[in-house]
Amino acid sequence: MSLSRNPDRQAAVVGIGQTEFSKASGRSELQLAAECIRSAMADAGIAPAEIDGMVTFSLDNNDEIGLGRCLGIENLNFSSRVPNGGLGSVGTLAHAAAVIESGLCEVVVIWRAMNERSQYRFGQPMVNQAIAPGGGTGFMEWCAPFGAQTPASWIALGAQRYMSTYGVDNEDFGRIAVSQRQYAATNPAAWFHGKPMRLADHQQSRWVAPPVLRLLDCCQESDGGVALVLTRLSRARHLRQPPVRVLAATQSMPFDTEVATNFYHGDLARMVEGEATARRLYALTGLGPQHMQAAMLYDAFTPLVMMQLEAFGFCGPGEGRDFVRDGHLGPGGRLPVNTHGGLLSEAYIHGVNSMAEGVRQVRGSAANPVPGVEHVLLSSCFAGAILGRDQN
Amino acid sequence: MTTDRQGSLNASRPAAPAASGDSAFFWAGADRGELLAQSCADCGRLRHPPRPMCPHCHGTGCRVVALSGRGTVYSWIVAAHPAPHGFDAPPVVVLVELEEGVRIVSNIEGVPPERMCHGLPVMVAFVPAGEGRQVPVFRPRSEEGCAP
Ligand SMILES: [Zn+2]
Repeated sequence: MSLSRNPDRQAAVVGIGQTEFSKASGRSELQLAAECIRSAMADAGIAPAEIDGMVTFSLDNNDEIGLGRCLGIENLNFSSRVPNGGLGSVGTLAHAAAVIESGLCEVVVIWRAMNERSQYRFGQPMVNQAIAPGGGTGFMEWCAPFGAQTPASWIALGAQRYMSTYGVDNEDFGRIAVSQRQYAATNPAAWFHGKPMRLADHQQSRWVAPPVLRLLDCCQESDGGVALVLTRLSRARHLRQPPVRVLAATQSMPFDTEVATNFYHGDLARMVEGEATARRLYALTGLGPQHMQAAMLYDAFTPLVMMQLEAFGFCGPGEGRDFVRDGHLGPGGRLPVNTHGGLLSEAYIHGVNSMAEGVRQVRGSAANPVPGVEHVLLSSCFAGAILGRDQN
Repeated sequence: MTTDRQGSLNASRPAAPAASGDSAFFWAGADRGELLAQSCADCGRLRHPPRPMCPHCHGTGCRVVALSGRGTVYSWIVAAHPAPHGFDAPPVVVLVELEEGVRIVSNIEGVPPERMCHGLPVMVAFVPAGEGRQVPVFRPRSEEGCAP
């Protein structure tokens, strides 16, 4: 979607809502989804019955029909699901904004809700029972027989090429985890609230996929739900919260990528999916990395953050290590990243909690507010968006 | 439990699933000790993993061709934790660049992690998997490995 001058044809995030983040929610995923949407609608001041569009992404177990029956939705015009799991999460904003800008929908919700710790765990080895031709899991046919049975192993296999190309070591990734933990320590919603850590703690955590990933390079497994609600900007200006504009949003799926990896691309030291997302977002808005005051970068595993810094042009190829080492991601840095703690230290709600943090940073309501925010970059590698303050 | 030719004891690693008819030839070839790939009947280009259409010329016809099994290590990790199903010891997972120009995810055997490196020359071998099947793995072409 692109930038329109007509406020009736621009999309804005007007509500965010979330459940508590835990390791055992004690209720169904459908209830988590209904609760976080109810909370986002209350934040916006729009009745749930007005929802006419619903967007989520692959791997959510809740269906639109069940949710509609909970929320009293009367006239649903549109629903869709983005591929790539959490790595496609920000693509939900492209779908929501597109149907608002086209006039098809007036009020669109985005949600992700799961009992990903108490009911099932993505971090446990998956073999044949998880593999099907559809659903984006077909690639596991080429990994599972060789012991690459977890997301950590898939991401690490690509990131190892990046590490050895540029002389990055595991301690360099550890600095990302330490920086994000520092934010979580002062975010009351975070699982690791009040629990900062040192680089030594990271270096003492067990190896998951040597030489790339230790345990504290990996996101949490969490129960919880997060929702966002969007409407057109002209209406957003009369609602409860300051509008947060979606200046651009896009998916990107370069040739021969898989659900989370790009093993077959020419140079694995580059994140081609992130580069494609960056090109599209900057072209749609005329903005560049120098215009972003904060970024929420998908951090299921720490190497993804470093590679996104390069893909989005915050530093040059191979310079991510020094950019992190110089403290630019932390409080007061040149580019505060994952200021809620991220999937590593706030919770793993598959990226949607990071989208909500981007909204809070533009509103000025984050637990760790970045001063003077005009634009926030949201990236889930295979999708991205630029959020902006309403100048009106 | 099976013992491979290098004497290391493996639990029964998972056999390849029959995810779709498009890839059945690859695993059937592995059972016979052949490393196979699709070659487009129209433009001749190789593709892996298998798919029913050539992404370059969009032909649906293809010949199944045997690859040399020779390649080099492109990237590697140890799948350490949680322990993968079917392995008694953490396997070294590799992305191998085959000399015909396609990449494949597999294992390397006979090289300890500290002697792994990019560009290590490797050769395919076939080892038992569950349900009486075989899968392709790779072994170094020389005794050396890489300098630690
Ligand atoms: Zn062809």
